[in-house]
Amino acid sequence: MSAPVLVGYFDSEEKVVHATRALREAGYALHDVYTPYAVHGLDEAMGLRSSRLTWVCFGAGLLGGSLALALELYTSVVSWPLNVGGKPFNSFPAFVPVAFELTVLFAALITVGSFLARVKLFPGNRRVALPRVTDDRFAIALEPPAEAAAAEELLRQHGAVETARMEVAS
Amino acid sequence: MSHQHLSPLRVPLVSEARSLGQLTEEICAPMERPATWRWWAAFAVAVSILGTGAGIVAYQVGTGIGVWGLNKTVGWAFDITNFVFWVGIGHAGTLISAILFLFRQKWRTSINRAAEAMTLFAVLCAALFPVIHMGRPWLAFWVLPYPNDRGSLWVNFRSPLLWDVFAISTYFTVSAVFWYVGLIPDLATVRDRAKAGLRKAVFKVLSLGWTGSHRTWSRYETVYLLLAGLATPLVLSVHTIVSMDFATSVIPGWHTTIFPPYFVAGAVFSGFAMVLTLMIITRVVLGYEHLITIRHLENMTKVIIVTGGIVSLAYGTEVFIAWYSGNSYERFAFMNRAFGPYAWAYWIMVTCNVVSPHLFWFKRIRTSPAAIFVLSLVINVGMWFERFVIIVTSLHRDFLPSSWSMYTPTMVEVGTFIGTFGLFFTLFLLFVRVLPIISIGEVKSVLGFARGGHGEAPTAGARKPVETGPESLPTAEPARVLATRKDVTV
Repeated sequence: MSAPVLVGYFDSEEKVVHATRALREAGYALHDVYTPYAVHGLDEAMGLRSSRLTWVCFGAGLLGGSLALALELYTSVVSWPLNVGGKPFNSFPAFVPVAFELTVLFAALITVGSFLARVKLFPGNRRVALPRVTDDRFAIALEPPAEAAAAEELLRQHGAVETARMEVAS
Repeated sequence: MSHQHLSPLRVPLVSEARSLGQLTEEICAPMERPATWRWWAAFAVAVSILGTGAGIVAYQVGTGIGVWGLNKTVGWAFDITNFVFWVGIGHAGTLISAILFLFRQKWRTSINRAAEAMTLFAVLCAALFPVIHMGRPWLAFWVLPYPNDRGSLWVNFRSPLLWDVFAISTYFTVSAVFWYVGLIPDLATVRDRAKAGLRKAVFKVLSLGWTGSHRTWSRYETVYLLLAGLATPLVLSVHTIVSMDFATSVIPGWHTTIFPPYFVAGAVFSGFAMVLTLMIITRVVLGYEHLITIRHLENMTKVIIVTGGIVSLAYGTEVFIAWYSGNSYERFAFMNRAFGPYAWAYWIMVTCNVVSPHLFWFKRIRTSPAAIFVLSLVINVGMWFERFVIIVTSLHRDFLPSSWSMYTPTMVEVGTFIGTFGLFFTLFLLFVRVLPIISIGEVKSVLGFARGGHGEAPTAGARKPVETGPESLPTAEPARVLATRKDVTV
């Protein structure tokens, strides 16, 4: 955040997607794009790779399920084997519901936790959103370009209603 | 960009043309203006019911659960009925927010926030009953597996009641997380609209520093999809496990393999009825008829027709199997349900759940909010009686005629049940006041749904400019926002 980024504001989803694609094709480095809602197609325009959080989710689920089964086996078979009507101590089918619930619980909590950590969202965060991007405005932020005037021109060509130079936290 | 060609027969999801900014203002308005006298009146009623309920609960905890109408034969009646009833109510919320999301049902966007909130509040109400039923609720932590000093005595993982503990607590936690994750972008919207002060400070903390960055949005969408994918089997598992409280026993009328799917369908059936009850009031009181449209209501009634059909089929199957199995106890249990001393409850159940949903086959009824409202209440009553019938009629006449007895709830039980409605509505009324009850970010993304490009641009009046700090930006003409969308991103 040494040099201020160049921000172009747009008023429609379509323009911002086209402008993003055009700027990237023209070789400008995108800092980020800010939108009031999830705009589909912007991932591809920005060239973002798909998130790896699905793998985190899978691993977390696996962990939750294994821990649950381990706990059930330990408590019901090793630590306190209780004979209930001659049923086997290791009554696996009866252990499935709890294992399933803990699989889901671990997967959900760890995935959300990883997401918040990855995108640096936390209480007490001092980041401030660009004006109106959480309302009705779309914004493209470019890394400080060498040819700022040309970049600004390109933004305007693609329908930017306003441009500004400012410091933003990503 | 995912271009989707929409049939001209499709109806826009938001029935009146709105710009993004207008939508923000409309949805934020109820929480930014002072409460109306109607809200205060409703809140006062809800809080007094809650207070009465709390007093009754205090009395029964202090005195012991002997104040209930239970006896040696019917040892489990009103509390478990209400527990299953409230858990069932909660299911529609997750169904709307998770299953319909996976099925790409865009109409869910207007109702998912409120439905999820309803889920949370309903599950809270449900969780109260098993806790009170313990008699000594301060020992509730005994249901958790933790190393203790009672000779390493552990909980019994083979018991469906323990499965319930895990199912309900997981369900509540995951629903709450799902709801909160969905709220974060809207919390940021409210934060940015708030002037300096307490509201700004609170929403600043709650929104976790959301900036609308698309790098964040992109991952957010992945997380939301994952949560929906996790919540979907979860919601099915919860009522399945609740049904196993009964199905794993050997009582005729309970020992039924059809219970898990039948309970899930019943839960969705009653849950949608409750969402309809709340949404029909909310849309009128807050003037959201163009956001929660007749079509939304109609779609929910169609779900009710389907789940009502499944529930009816399950009733029929149970009766058929009771006859076909040749098991005399089973056959007796069902004859007793339909023609025994609790026949009145059985026939209320059949009338409300089997007959009334078929009225929704008529388009005129399906599109009339007043008719839907009445029918949704009827269905809620019917589903409450379904649980009552399953539980009380199966227990009160078991294998031994010498132990047969009747059950009548006492005022304490009835008061506790009514008290949970106080809790539910108190929480819902507070929710309407402090959070955006419609998902702003998601509704914005479907504003252009099935709306033609040219010539159909919204003509609503221009919104007033918003303070934008040092960089003053020209205000967009609201018309342009939608008019420039040739295609619709879906």
